[in-house]
Amino acid sequence: MDQDINTWISNKITSSDVVLFMKGTPEMPQCGFSNQVVQILNYLEVEFSSVNVLEDETVRNGIKEFTNWPTIPQLYVKNEFVGGADIVREMFEENELKQFFADKGIKTN
Amino acid sequence: MSMKLSELQTLVQNALPDAIIEIKDLAGDDNHYSIMIKSEQFRNKSRLEQHQIVYSALQDKMGTILHALQIKTISI
Repeated sequence: MDQDINTWISNKITSSDVVLFMKGTPEMPQCGFSNQVVQILNYLEVEFSSVNVLEDETVRNGIKEFTNWPTIPQLYVKNEFVGGADIVREMFEENELKQFFADKGIKTN
Repeated sequence: MSMKLSELQTLVQNALPDAIIEIKDLAGDDNHYSIMIKSEQFRNKSRLEQHQIVYSALQDKMGTILHALQIKTISI
């Protein structure tokens, strides 16, 4: 794998506590799965930064290899991969997500 | 990019022979599915690990041949 993109991703996921790799932007998601995660994070009022993988093919492919996960969105919290849309939604529906953020020291509503 | 429901079923069933599988074609286009899989092989594994098992079953087809797959794994 390309070393530059790896380094870039590593820096990105350490630069903020919560980072969402998504298609589109939080204001205008370009995919239903990405939208779901944005909605959940907004609902919990979690501050997050995002990367629009549609803007850069290198990032889009790079993040899949970096995480060893074939789909977008991908949620990172404190440098750790949490999951894609299904996992985040399941954690939310089973009331685990808020606790997860609390355990990580991240503020929710 | 598309995959027949039967192909999806076969890929997962081959990787997880004990699995009970329910697939729905969400958009009627062979490209957006939901899959519910019950298997003993998910036991004592995290959600991440369970989903990785499913992605492994699809080999490199997820995100390339198959566009969208909503996954629900259940350990039995």
